[in-house]
Amino acid sequence: MSGSDQGKGSDVLDVQDRVRFEQLVLPHLDAAFNLARWLLKSRADSEDVAQEAMLRAYRFFRGFHGGDARAWLLQIVRNTCYTWLEKNRPVELMTEFDEELHPQPSASPEALAIAGDNRERLTRALETLPPRFREVLVLRELEGCSYKEIASITAIPIGTVMSALARARQRLQRALVPPSPQEASREL
Amino acid sequence: MSCDYTRTALHGYLDGELDATRSAEFERHLEGCRECTASLGAEESLRASLQRGGLYEKAPVALRKKIRADLDAATSSSAGTRIPAWRWLAVAAAFLIAASVSWFAWPRVQNSVDSSPFTAAELIDAHVRSLQPGHLTDVASTDQHTVKPWFDGKLAFVPPVKDFADEGFPLVGGRLDVLGGQTVAALVYSRHKHVINVFVLPTKQPDTPIHTPGLRQGYQWRHWRRQGMEYCAISDVSDSDLYELAQLIYQ
Repeated sequence: MSGSDQGKGSDVLDVQDRVRFEQLVLPHLDAAFNLARWLLKSRADSEDVAQEAMLRAYRFFRGFHGGDARAWLLQIVRNTCYTWLEKNRPVELMTEFDEELHPQPSASPEALAIAGDNRERLTRALETLPPRFREVLVLRELEGCSYKEIASITAIPIGTVMSALARARQRLQRALVPPSPQEASREL
Repeated sequence: MSCDYTRTALHGYLDGELDATRSAEFERHLEGCRECTASLGAEESLRASLQRGGLYEKAPVALRKKIRADLDAATSSSAGTRIPAWRWLAVAAAFLIAASVSWFAWPRVQNSVDSSPFTAAELIDAHVRSLQPGHLTDVASTDQHTVKPWFDGKLAFVPPVKDFADEGFPLVGGRLDVLGGQTVAALVYSRHKHVINVFVLPTKQPDTPIHTPGLRQGYQWRHWRRQGMEYCAISDVSDSDLYELAQLIYQ
């Protein structure tokens, strides 16, 4: 886990901490679960990991000095998810994040709309993306996070959030509406 | 296929993250760039799909429960003395009520609609007084048939007395006490070595259910009326224990 969310981890927590935690952090449990679910692609595993992350957040709560509680929690959830993935599904983490953004024609809005209307297809497409692409999309489109929040949650520089999203969206389009054989051959 | 804008600034524009200058600049560019116009259309369509696709998955109720249990455990084991969170919420609520009426006045135990004839301060004083050596009981007996007749002739009413040892609340005894200027019956129960005082006095008010807990100085109480009697149980045990006893007496 990165140092920033650890704070003074071994503090003794009293009832006032508990009340503050209930007010500030617990309301973001849905956000925590949703992020875990999309990172781990499994509801059952997400329950375990979200539970672990929440307890971890509580233990480090004295290290939280105000500010954006959701981003603070999601950072811990994300770290817990990656630790879990490293241990249980290391292959998924082997995709390079900084792969080249290939110039590629956009799929037509109509084709995307048709494909995107199918929830299962959309879910599958999202799940084929490497976790680092998936998370920026989930944070942006489902969680409504700002670039600044995405940067603090995913520990990437704020200047690269925009290009990370650009890549992620291109990958999602491609997964949703695969390029026709002619376009594919032209790309090669 | 090589418009640089498509790859980056378009996304900042789509996400509303460009500053005013760059945003205007992109809009000017958009007027003359078919590629960016098409791309923007595609991205907007994709975003709409993602946002209306019902993809957001909320935490299951079971998880919420598990987490609360975790937090309880983490709070009690590390803090040594376990004080449940609701107590603090009750403190906060009590403060709000007190502040809205008068900061220094002791509010009645219940609100004015069905206020008890004694204040929270008197109630706590009586409870604390009972804990001093030799003050707990005038008649020490776990036998309800000993305690009940003892009150005979000492009060203008007969308090219902029952032992709940089988339910984990053994009767310890009874005594006379003064609460709000009135002589009342005090029944003493114990729960895991903690003392629970149940004050009983007659009332002409209609029955009320067992009220939400009151709390002050670490003591909590439950108040109710039943068949012409006014009851107030006070202790430092957990509220769930207190409520359990209140329910047993209420039946």
